[in-house]
Amino acid sequence: MAPEQLQRRLSKLTKEYKTITEISGPLIFLEKTEPVSYGELVHINLPDGTTKRGQVLDTSHDKVVVQVFEGTGGLNRESGVRFTGETIKLAVSSDMLGRILSGSGDPLDGGPRIIPEDRLDINGAAINPYSRLPPEDFIQTGVSTIDGTNTLVRGQKLPIFSGSGLPHNEIALQIARQAKVPGSEEDFAVVFAAMGITNEEAQYFMADFERTGALERAVVFLNLANDPAVERLITPRMALTAAEYLAYEHDMHVLVILTDITNYCEALRQMGAAREEVPGRRGYPGYMYTDLASLYERAGVVKGRKGSVTQFSILSMPGDDITHPIPDLSGYITEGQIVISRELHMKGIYPPINVLPSLSRLMNSGIGEGHTRDDHKAVSDQMYAAYAEGKDLRGLVAIVGKDALSDRDKKLLEFADMFEDRFVRQGLDEDRDIETTLTIGWEMLAELPESMLTRIDNKFIEKYHPAHKK
Amino acid sequence: MKGEIYRISGPVVTIQGINTRMYDVVKIGHERLMGEVIGIEGDRSIVQVYEETAGIRPGEPVENTGMPLSVELGPGLLESIYDGIQRPLPLLREKMGDFIERGVTADGLDHEKPWEFKSTAKAGDAVSGGDVIGTVQETINVEHSIMVPPNVSGTIDEIKEGKFTVLDTICTLTDGTKLQMMQKWPVRMPRPVTKKLTPNTPLITGQRILDGLFPVAKGGTAAIPGPFGSGKTVTQQQLAKWSDTEIVVYIGCGERGNEMADVLTEFPELEDPKTGRPLMERTVLIANTSNMPVAAREASVYTGITIAEYYRDMGFDVSLMADSTSRWAEAMREISSRLEEMPGEEGYPAYLSARLSEFYERAGRVESLAGFDGSITIIGAVSPPGGDFSEPVTQNTLRIVKVFWALDAKLAQRRHFPSINWLSSYSLYTKGLADWYNDNVSPDWVKLRDNAMDLLQQESELQEIVQLVGSDALPPDQQLTLEITRMIREIFLQQNAFHPVDTFCPMDRQYMLLETIHKFADKASAALESGVTMQDIVKLESKDELGKVRFDEDFEGALKKVIDKMEDEFDSLKSEDYGARATAEEAE
Ligand SMILES: Nc1ncnc2c1ncn2[C@@H]1O[C@H](COP(=O)(O)OP(=O)(O)O)[C@@H](O)[C@H]1O
Ligand SMILES: [Mg+2]
Repeated sequence: MAPEQLQRRLSKLTKEYKTITEISGPLIFLEKTEPVSYGELVHINLPDGTTKRGQVLDTSHDKVVVQVFEGTGGLNRESGVRFTGETIKLAVSSDMLGRILSGSGDPLDGGPRIIPEDRLDINGAAINPYSRLPPEDFIQTGVSTIDGTNTLVRGQKLPIFSGSGLPHNEIALQIARQAKVPGSEEDFAVVFAAMGITNEEAQYFMADFERTGALERAVVFLNLANDPAVERLITPRMALTAAEYLAYEHDMHVLVILTDITNYCEALRQMGAAREEVPGRRGYPGYMYTDLASLYERAGVVKGRKGSVTQFSILSMPGDDITHPIPDLSGYITEGQIVISRELHMKGIYPPINVLPSLSRLMNSGIGEGHTRDDHKAVSDQMYAAYAEGKDLRGLVAIVGKDALSDRDKKLLEFADMFEDRFVRQGLDEDRDIETTLTIGWEMLAELPESMLTRIDNKFIEKYHPAHKK
Repeated sequence: MKGEIYRISGPVVTIQGINTRMYDVVKIGHERLMGEVIGIEGDRSIVQVYEETAGIRPGEPVENTGMPLSVELGPGLLESIYDGIQRPLPLLREKMGDFIERGVTADGLDHEKPWEFKSTAKAGDAVSGGDVIGTVQETINVEHSIMVPPNVSGTIDEIKEGKFTVLDTICTLTDGTKLQMMQKWPVRMPRPVTKKLTPNTPLITGQRILDGLFPVAKGGTAAIPGPFGSGKTVTQQQLAKWSDTEIVVYIGCGERGNEMADVLTEFPELEDPKTGRPLMERTVLIANTSNMPVAAREASVYTGITIAEYYRDMGFDVSLMADSTSRWAEAMREISSRLEEMPGEEGYPAYLSARLSEFYERAGRVESLAGFDGSITIIGAVSPPGGDFSEPVTQNTLRIVKVFWALDAKLAQRRHFPSINWLSSYSLYTKGLADWYNDNVSPDWVKLRDNAMDLLQQESELQEIVQLVGSDALPPDQQLTLEITRMIREIFLQQNAFHPVDTFCPMDRQYMLLETIHKFADKASAALESGVTMQDIVKLESKDELGKVRFDEDFEGALKKVIDKMEDEFDSLKSEDYGARATAEEAE
């Protein structure tokens, strides 16, 4: 029997309840049901004939609480509720590539329904830590501030921390276009999930995917700003389920872009408030760390499986504040962060990535001999140290003037300017390979006296320093 | 007696129709998910469930095991990796594949594996709780003592020797009590000891800033709070790798899966600097990552400390790293809010501080029941929201622990690692350990250390002036202070965990580095007095070369070369023609 038929049969079999006692925000409360299981999918039939979906949040002999994904608009006490007896599933198939789906997994592109090869619980299951392989394959993004100083590796979760009006979309797209593992020809795919972004922003992504032909290798889930907020709670789970399926069953290296994590968290907060929970910091639920972890931790490489899931999500920091609970809890879970700076953006520098608060925690396993180049770590450390000191000195210069600086400090000050101008700044379509990135690094470091290169082993100085290389 | 499920709300399940006691383990539903009673209200009990609860319905059966949450203790703990309730992760993988499903039980110890048991007691011996009746060579360097469980005593009727599984009877007492190599212990109850002793030996970690400036004693407690990316995990891992401890219990509590995978690949390959054996052979890992069930995360800390106590009772020095205690506290908060308990500060339950102190109280140097000197050192990472140390978990922890390693995001951002702030960190053990350093490192160690701390303090004051007038406006002796403190920071305090040589710095090398910096300072200060300029001192090559000695495989050789060069350079600064040149330059 085809699954759809089966579904119809089932829904005839299951009982419809008209026992809603209360509707509050995105929640409905029911009484007098048969035992209903925790987390199960619910269909709600409205008097006007439409159907909405929801999920059981709390269940007991006396009362059942359901959160409604499409919002409770139009619902009344006459609406009928059917419990499906199973958790929310996504129909998955390798034919999903090239498709555009809604935030709850229905086709939006006018194409046919996905014929499922499998139906998977969208909550996934935690990867056994013992089954994980430590990620270590260098992904070259072509962006110096990432490849050179905050290297991304396959299986990593590395979000962009940005702010409103900053070019995070451009950067994410540039990376989606350029990302490759040098010397490998393996299957890759992009899973893109929009959560509460504007139609215009979504169009921008879609146009770029189409222009570059990336759409053929992509699965797109769209929950836009005018779609129900509660749906945002399932959109990323659908996307990650699709990604895991392609990675672990079809051996693809999948890059997942979720945008915007902040909208997801707002939906989470809204749900918490509707359930009258005791709020945690700044009104966000106390379990937000655990909830976000259930998304971010779905990245990785699994022993004995060829594919991988890498996450490069976008998060806009409310008020550019990195200590706000959304970036803060994210940073505690992800394997680093790429921080976009308004200051660099105002200076006209693209990509305006501030390397100082940025970090790739998996960089050390993805660089060096056999990955990138033996001097990579030393060059990166030295640039960080020099840029940090040089940048600090700008403040001092504003007070005492350049003349009061020692020779050493003057050099550092110049280094900081050069770093932003030559290393950070690059074109929207400029795809620098790692050699180029490191060469730029050395050219800048060569402007400093050799005695200041304290982070670099002499053997690398002899091998790569422009003054030593023949 | 059978009961049934009344209500399910995430990891919290209410059951009815069954008698329970607090902390009894119950089996929930058709799939028999494991849970623990954490509250009783009338004829209903509230259970935290250690596995996913989606799909479970009210009305499903419930059974009480009548046992509190316990761990299995015996040979085979070492080299294991467990989830928060002591299920071996490799076994879970065998049973259910790469993703963690539910409803699977797995014993903490291998019940089938035979171990060679050597008895050390004989028939007729009177034994009581904690006494050793035999040994098992658990790993090449760890001789595992088989002890009488704490609450048992009597006279040995028969004791065996040879190959046995942990469940075989190896000893019978005259009252008929049968003893096995395995014992069970409820995790929420500390194992008894004869008495607590004062810690008097530092845990030598091979990390310069820790051993040098802020040591923790064996049997002591330390907290390492810091915002994300400041180095909590790397520091904890460094301690697990290089500390001169005999047993390591490492708890990944609500943190990243990839970090545990990293430890799992690295530890079998790295060598214990003391024994030359793979680090894994002295390690027990507990991994309940952020996406694994929160109730099991709450339990993971207790599972870990109980295993640590068991080895302490054999007389070992054990160190326990918990990364991160904040995630443990958050697990308590999540459960508490599901219970609709009255929230305390920032939503944490009112018992947060009691739980934290009960946990840290299980650290200590002790005389065990058998009379051994053993210790547990606890090092807890703390993850304050927004990096703000005024939050409840950090504050409650600081009231308990004796060592505070304050991580500083500013230092991390400029890649000064370990980014432990030397001005705000402290160790309350410093005084008590002075004798040890005096006897085992050098009589002038304490002086060098105090002097370094003093200079760093001066530096921070001088920096304030520099911010206003620039460093060139300072008199030469103060410029020299800044130069020396830069050396202390860059040569001594900074340490690269990822450099094969620098990652571990034994105490004698630490001393040599600090002494050489001081030697440089003394010579430079004498030179200044004799009229040499700061510009010339800054240019000395030996100063920069000293910075690279810590990376050299031949540390001693490299250091000697630098010291010789330093002598030469200062000599040439002193020579007459320097005086002449300096006057000439001034005249220009
Ligand atoms: N001692 C160290 N040496 C070199 N790098 C370090 C050191 N400590 C931390 N780091 C760097 O800082 C990053 C973050 O450290 P980590 O311990 O993961 O932070 P936290 O646990 O506080 O979030 C690491 O990935 C590493 O790059
Ligand atoms: Mg960490």
